[in-house]
Amino acid sequence: MSLATFDLSPLRRADRWHPAELAFWLLPVAAYLVFPDNLVLLTQIAITALFCLSLDLILGYAGIVSLGHAAFFGFGAYAAGLLAANGIGDPLAGLAVAALASAALGFVTSFLVLRGSDLTRLMVTLGIAMMLYEVANKLTDLTGGVDGLQGIEMTPLLGRFSFDLYGKTAYWYAVAVLFLLFWAARRLVHSPFGLSLKGIRLNVARMPAIGAPVNARLSAIYTIGAAYAGIAGALLAQTTQFVALDVLSFNRSAELMLILVLGGSGSLYGAVIGTIVFMSAHHVLSDMNPEYWQFWLGALLVLVVLFARDGVMGSVRRLSHAAGGRRKGER
Amino acid sequence: MTVLFDGVASGMLLFLISVGLSVTLGLMNFVNLAHGAFAMVGGYLCVSLLNRVGVPFLAALPLAAVLTALAGVVLERTLYRRLYTATHLDQVLFSIGLVFMSIASAQFLFGAQQQPLTLPDFLRGQISLPGLDMGAYRLFLILLSLVIAFGLQRLVGGTRFGAELRASVDNPRAARGVGINVERVFTLTFALGTALAGLGGALGVEMLGLDPSFPVKYIVYFLIVVAVGGSGNITGSLVASLILGVLDVAGKYYVPQIGAFVIYAVMVVMLIFRPQGLFGRRAAR
Repeated sequence: MSLATFDLSPLRRADRWHPAELAFWLLPVAAYLVFPDNLVLLTQIAITALFCLSLDLILGYAGIVSLGHAAFFGFGAYAAGLLAANGIGDPLAGLAVAALASAALGFVTSFLVLRGSDLTRLMVTLGIAMMLYEVANKLTDLTGGVDGLQGIEMTPLLGRFSFDLYGKTAYWYAVAVLFLLFWAARRLVHSPFGLSLKGIRLNVARMPAIGAPVNARLSAIYTIGAAYAGIAGALLAQTTQFVALDVLSFNRSAELMLILVLGGSGSLYGAVIGTIVFMSAHHVLSDMNPEYWQFWLGALLVLVVLFARDGVMGSVRRLSHAAGGRRKGER
Repeated sequence: MTVLFDGVASGMLLFLISVGLSVTLGLMNFVNLAHGAFAMVGGYLCVSLLNRVGVPFLAALPLAAVLTALAGVVLERTLYRRLYTATHLDQVLFSIGLVFMSIASAQFLFGAQQQPLTLPDFLRGQISLPGLDMGAYRLFLILLSLVIAFGLQRLVGGTRFGAELRASVDNPRAARGVGINVERVFTLTFALGTALAGLGGALGVEMLGLDPSFPVKYIVYFLIVVAVGGSGNITGSLVASLILGVLDVAGKYYVPQIGAFVIYAVMVVMLIFRPQGLFGRRAAR
């Protein structure tokens, strides 16, 4: 009963679902009704949100910097793609295989990544992603190289819903996977395990003193993050029925980092909202002038780092503080 | 032999560009991924000076370096200095932002095509020795890089400015206390780093080519040099660049199937066994 002396109620409260969150998850339904012609884009948003969630778990919660998170995304995409191209077209089996494959890769590489400082981590993650890129580029027999992996045939989801031309099945499939994994991630970060990750990020020297095995925890979350990224990659491969080489590219890792920072790292909704804002802006801006979209992307990144370091979620939090007076116990 | 020579030449070129990064990253502890963008600016300046203004090649090189350094100083004064105390992650994001902007700007100003560069006559052609064909330009590159490496080593290790720089990095507060103008030292150092990037970029047009994707295409190489050589270490950067240059050229020549894979593998293995680099004097923060 020694725990009874601590007041755990703020932690328990944080675990409970807020009404605003339930409303948030009605957005995919609303989006489906409002933009029925843009389902492909909406599917992309859901997939990228999942990918961003995976980076948020390792960067935002555990504080592991990575410039090569696309490695797991691409690995999962190729795993699922190859499985389907070789006759096993069941979507859920593909997701499971991709998750396991990426998790295995994440587990093995976590030992490399966890050695060394931030700078070394940036370089090692970058190096691993570039190595995979080169391998995929050269193994043309297996991956199709620059031409991409073709011939992916999906069987109907759950044996009933086949992937249609309008992308309805693909959309609901991606949103359902995103929601389930979001729910799991939400449970995870509010569990004692998730709290210990936050502790490691905030003070790595003190955590061993209260009995938390730092490296084992980091290794575990890195593996989980890799599995999430792998599933996101698999979703992309299955819904587009194509794997392009650029799933492994440096640009994808860098862009993901931008999305997360834009939304606010260290907040699961930050990852999702950042993706929605970014992908919508991308869609609108690159329609207006496709060539110079990258300029505005860069300018945005610079401004976010200089002036709005905690992203959209940080601004929301500050606004709600200003509006709701001083509430206790937040942050 | 010729492969070795070409490898050394491309290593020297890598050294020229990366040593500037080594200075900002190692000595000022700033992760500047936009370093390749400065090299690209140097390259475009050199090409424009040559082709549009008609400045001779040997005059265009230092001009490109100086103008790049000026651009670097302006950015340092306005933006970079705000981030000296920020985390590495912030610095990385900020400089990636600059890279994206520079790529789009280069595309806007010069278009997506490769830029042509005509070398003066005395740098073209070959010098043939028994068993070895040396491109005149490569020889020029190697000699120039050696001079610069030596000069830099003297500057950081043996002058008053070098001492002030090392003091400012190790302990800015104490350095201020003994009357060193830390801001000025950092600005000058940053200018030096960008000038070297500009010079390297200008010299690299002939060998690496120049198009708007330059900063992303080569930044990995520059980072590898710094990571492997140990940041802030000039001899280390030189040795690492040479190893990398020779491995890269030899790899592409003898086993083209595996391409750039070797280099990344070497880097990752290196970093695992010696996170502080081959010649690192201490682990980076």
